[in-house]
Amino acid sequence: MELKLALKVDDLDNVATIFANGIVDGTQVEVRDKKGQSETITVHGDVPYGHKIALRDIAKGEPIMKYGESIGAASHDIKKGDYVHIHNMDAMRGRGDL
Amino acid sequence: MSYQFMGYRRPNGKFGARNLVAVIPSVICANDVGQAICRQVQGTIGYFHHQGCCQLPIDLKRVTDTLSNLGQSPNVAAALVVSLGCEGTDHERMVEEIRATGKPVEIIRIQELGGTSRAIQAGIDAAQKLVQQVSGLQREPVDISEVVMAIKCGASDTTSGMASNCVIGYVADKLVDLGATVVFGETTEFLGGEHILARRAVGGEKGPVGQKIYEIVDRMEKRAKSIGEDMRGGQPTPGNIAGGLSSIEEKSLGAIVKSGHRPIQGVLEYCDKVTDQKGLWIKDAPGREPEILTGMAATGAQFMMFSTGRGAPQGFPSMPVIKVCGNPNTYERMGHDMDLNAGRIITGEATIEQVGEEAFELLLKVLNGQMTKNEALGYFGSMDIFCLGPVI
Repeated sequence: MELKLALKVDDLDNVATIFANGIVDGTQVEVRDKKGQSETITVHGDVPYGHKIALRDIAKGEPIMKYGESIGAASHDIKKGDYVHIHNMDAMRGRGDL
Repeated sequence: MSYQFMGYRRPNGKFGARNLVAVIPSVICANDVGQAICRQVQGTIGYFHHQGCCQLPIDLKRVTDTLSNLGQSPNVAAALVVSLGCEGTDHERMVEEIRATGKPVEIIRIQELGGTSRAIQAGIDAAQKLVQQVSGLQREPVDISEVVMAIKCGASDTTSGMASNCVIGYVADKLVDLGATVVFGETTEFLGGEHILARRAVGGEKGPVGQKIYEIVDRMEKRAKSIGEDMRGGQPTPGNIAGGLSSIEEKSLGAIVKSGHRPIQGVLEYCDKVTDQKGLWIKDAPGREPEILTGMAATGAQFMMFSTGRGAPQGFPSMPVIKVCGNPNTYERMGHDMDLNAGRIITGEATIEQVGEEAFELLLKVLNGQMTKNEALGYFGSMDIFCLGPVI
């Protein structure tokens, strides 16, 4: 079976980006970091190419971390393996309501 | 190690990678005449923008400055300004400033000539003479330090920040180390990453350059909010979101990777040109292609390196645009528009350094005259000028 790979950019990150097609609910992906360490995570939900999954449980309001920086905050409680995108996270910048 | 390219020497000591006659309408109302001239006369390109009248004075100055600096840019060998006669821009100043660089420049005035058909005829005659005058110029060896590279990313997805922008960052570092000038912009896409850029400023985060970076980001964010609307839904774009980018912060953090790692020397305003600045500079410009490509060409950049994930095909009339594609699926689908496949980094087939060296070899070829894919296809007609105020 083709390797389903996800990349974690920085040690502080709590999400990884999947670069593989055909990721559906229950698919196992191999998450690799820059040091070459890897962890297998079961994906919850169908995740398109280039989209993100959670590397651990993230509580509502916690920052979503990628590149070692905050890219927004969780708008719902997120479980490890969940698909992370605009349905469960929000930008904190450029908003009219904050 | 030193590198050279074959460029056209301009009388003011700058070097061009192209040898074009620019047709410059001083106002939108002159576009149709300019287009008729360009259709007829080989070797011409046109800047068909939508500004130049019924604007606030700050914008009229901005449009004049931008068009003047486009005419002065080294890829332009000669210029023909097409004026209507009653516009708000200062077309006479454009002519004077372009002429001061030593290159041939002519002007036609539509109202004075008795209308469009007569202006088209006069414009064709003038452009024909200019093309004949400059088309025999020969290229000569030029040190790479004379290069001004513009960089930009567009139609981004999550591969951009992990592949194609990394390649451009590699090239930016290499050019800065060779003594050249590199300019990046897209202030909107600093939001969420401005602290990283400010720390790279000469003099540090608290110094004048670092503070200026915070200031231009704050100005852009306030501008976006000033109309009482939310930036979400506009930035990231629907295409960015479909590509996996969830927030402006995520887009920004991936976007700034293309600036490499060298210190940031300062901030150029939108219509500023590079005179003798070297090293890495920021141009305060928005992210949308027609406006930032114009701003970068007005800077005097001989070429642009452009990163994309979802597949942005466009170029610019007088500035070759090299498309570096980070998404292997997009490269497979849109290979006719993409100059370099950085998707091999995502699939693990190549390293950032390997693709970075390929990009460097390619930019030397393009500077020497090899057409980029969008140049060969003639896909570079859409441009515009970034204005601050409303049309009045």
